[in-house]
Amino acid sequence: MLRIPCPCCGPRDHDEFRYGGDASVPRPAHDDPDPEAWYRAVFIRPNPRGPHREFWQHVSGCRQWLVVERNTSDHTIGSVQFARKSPA
Amino acid sequence: MARYSALSLFLNGLSGNRNWPRAWRAPEPKPSYDVVIVGGGGHGLATAFYLAENHGIRNVAVLEKGYLGGGNVGRNTTIVRSNYLLDGNTQFYEFSMKLWEGMSAALNFNVMFSQRGQIVTAHSADQLDSFSHRANVMRLSGIDAEILTRDDVRRLVPYLDFSETARFPIHGAILQGRAGTARHDAVAWGYARAADGHGVDIIQNCEVTGFVRDGERIVGVETSKGRIGAGKVGLAVAGHTSVLGHKAGLELPIESHVLQAFVTEPLKPMVDHVVAYGADHFYVSQSDKGGLVFGGSLDGYNSYAQRGNLGIVREVAEAAVALMPCISRVRLLRHWGGVMDMTPDASPIICPTPVDGLYLNGGWCYGGFKATPASGWCFAHTIATGKPHPLVAAYGLDRFRSGRTLDEAGAGPFAWLQ
Repeated sequence: MLRIPCPCCGPRDHDEFRYGGDASVPRPAHDDPDPEAWYRAVFIRPNPRGPHREFWQHVSGCRQWLVVERNTSDHTIGSVQFARKSPA
Repeated sequence: MARYSALSLFLNGLSGNRNWPRAWRAPEPKPSYDVVIVGGGGHGLATAFYLAENHGIRNVAVLEKGYLGGGNVGRNTTIVRSNYLLDGNTQFYEFSMKLWEGMSAALNFNVMFSQRGQIVTAHSADQLDSFSHRANVMRLSGIDAEILTRDDVRRLVPYLDFSETARFPIHGAILQGRAGTARHDAVAWGYARAADGHGVDIIQNCEVTGFVRDGERIVGVETSKGRIGAGKVGLAVAGHTSVLGHKAGLELPIESHVLQAFVTEPLKPMVDHVVAYGADHFYVSQSDKGGLVFGGSLDGYNSYAQRGNLGIVREVAEAAVALMPCISRVRLLRHWGGVMDMTPDASPIICPTPVDGLYLNGGWCYGGFKATPASGWCFAHTIATGKPHPLVAAYGLDRFRSGRTLDEAGAGPFAWLQ
């Protein structure tokens, strides 16, 4: 099983979390009129085989959004931070 | 290529089946080919076959990093159907269905295509309305579709939950009678044998590690068996499209996710159709060996591991028992995972790429197996002519930038929710 060490609740089964996708994709400023920037933010993904920074929300626990660095080929977790303290 | 027939079966039987020739050769790679197809799964092998068969391009190699058919063509739940709603999908998948109907004869290889019919259950009046919409689109496109009442469904598949306590009572269903299943390994083997018969080199245990460029143009591939020159390169490596695409400098709207499939212990014949559950994500058929073969949703997070997690095992088992309470005591024999290219609109990508000399076939999400023949046919056309086949005109990479996405599921641009 995949366990995520929640910085608030400790190690928990990933079933308690909701996945939120790639956390490394920069979001354009809200008033950015450039369609290319929005196209890239909405659709283009690096999709690495290896370390991947991604959002998870601990919906069945503290309900915090986290940024987890997880290896997509073997699921080892490198780091977990609160999303709001993490640089975008 | 020795032709398979009832007579050859009889004659080889007389000699104890010791003299069957190899189904395909195991050549060493030549220094260069007109076309190199990366990926020896169903789509890559079908592409090589149609390049030779339809376009006369026989100086072709298919490079497979593992063994032939060891990826998703051997990992799916073998379902073939053409019940698509959106323009672009409807015609493409029906063309594929027609190729399935002639495949065993065309390849001289029995792919055990069984048109047993697919039933998708509806669990509300509104859902049945939406199925009627779909059925009308299909029939107007010349595809068979029927709407079934609850009584019809009960007559065809009495083992579903028709009790008063069913959590989601069955209101009716949509049936495509020509849908069914095929022996997935045989599809890979049949295309491999037929392509080899046309002179295509199928090279296994040959991993592509990079691309050779002449200026901007790709003119070959670096592999674990050395450099191989290529007039054109076609990628058919769904699951790992991003990994290879990156090496070629492509930026892609794809995430890799793991999808699990399951098989139970063998049972007496019970499930005569392909049945899909309209109230959850669950689809089941019964194999010739008697096992119930079924699947559900993605695990739901980016993954290149060909194994899944237990949470989905539970979810799929819950859906299975909600639809078919009679199998609650049946034991699972195996479950396995395959890596899916998930696109943001759940539709595939077949097109020339911005990189000169490189052609892309990927993004198959859940739907690659049923598309195998049409994908090969249209990808071969795209490679041979340099222009997309009309049937895959809607599957270009540019659709995401231009806003013409084909979002059949209406799930929004989240790959893991498709």
